[in-house]
Amino acid sequence: MDPTEQLVIKVLLLVGVGVATVLLTRSSAGARHQAIRRAGLVLFVIVTVAIIIQPSLVSGIARAVGVGRGTDLLLYVLAVAFVWFLAAYYGRMRAMNRQITALTRALALTQAQLRREDSA
Amino acid sequence: MANEDVAVLVPVYNEARVVADVVAELVGRFGHVVCVDDGSTDGSDAAARAAGATVLRHATNLGQGAALQTAIEHALTLPDVSYLVTFDADGQHQVSDAEEMLELARREDLAIVFGSRFLDERTQAGLLKKLVLKTAVWVTNQSTGMRLTDAHNGLRVIRRDAAAGVHLTQNRMAHASEIVLQLGRTGLPWREHPVHLLYTDYSKSKGQSLLNAVNILFELTFR
Repeated sequence: MDPTEQLVIKVLLLVGVGVATVLLTRSSAGARHQAIRRAGLVLFVIVTVAIIIQPSLVSGIARAVGVGRGTDLLLYVLAVAFVWFLAAYYGRMRAMNRQITALTRALALTQAQLRREDSA
Repeated sequence: MANEDVAVLVPVYNEARVVADVVAELVGRFGHVVCVDDGSTDGSDAAARAAGATVLRHATNLGQGAALQTAIEHALTLPDVSYLVTFDADGQHQVSDAEEMLELARREDLAIVFGSRFLDERTQAGLLKKLVLKTAVWVTNQSTGMRLTDAHNGLRVIRRDAAAGVHLTQNRMAHASEIVLQLGRTGLPWREHPVHLLYTDYSKSKGQSLLNAVNILFELTFR
């Protein structure tokens, strides 16, 4: 198969995977990050509503980016969205692990401190 | 006591069978013996406390690196501590090695002394184990720019000023490389010292496997 076939969708999907990878290796959180996510959510809602009202839109978009059928486009986007979710989830998990570590350590150190003061 | 100003730090996770013996050997020869029980479920904390150690307890299991960091932070709150010694709870380290390393640090004014099992021929390690450990050493040397012969050795002497530069964030196995990296960054004088590791059946059952090496590589790459 010619690698330049369906070039547009390939580029779009690769960009999606690339962004997910960057998010995966970067620490998340922060107001800017949250704003981007919320803007993405609004966009998602608008697109979904439009597609529900006018289903043939999906096929139209699919043809426009070089994919034969609307269902194929949905599958591709779903796959990228899943990886994206994993990346965000992973970042959140790491942040939470750091918090649990800090909490557990503070608790252990405080208990030791209290015992020392009791025995002193 | 010669080592009154020393805190021996022993991370403990489910070592109830052996931790009392290890602690009993240390108590009386060093000023402080600090165990950090990393959420054990087998009564390790009670065993260590009964044997005479100061025991800090993690409410939940975090990993050896996290336990070590907690122990270091506790030791630094003790005003009479000048040297910290990290010591494994499974009985593979020798107290005499720790004492020699402390003497070396005092005599040569060293801030850090790393134990190495590969500086002499006393330690008997299997071929696969050697391969795993040598790979770990190579990776550590690549990322730290230091030239160590043994990276994943739990026996280390760290002077107070060097210990203040340690902030371990790798909770699991990769902390062994991380501590080398952070100690190296302090720019303080360091040395390696040959130590003898006793591979008992007990320590073997808990030791480094090939899978562990894969985990270490991943933790170091995707931190």
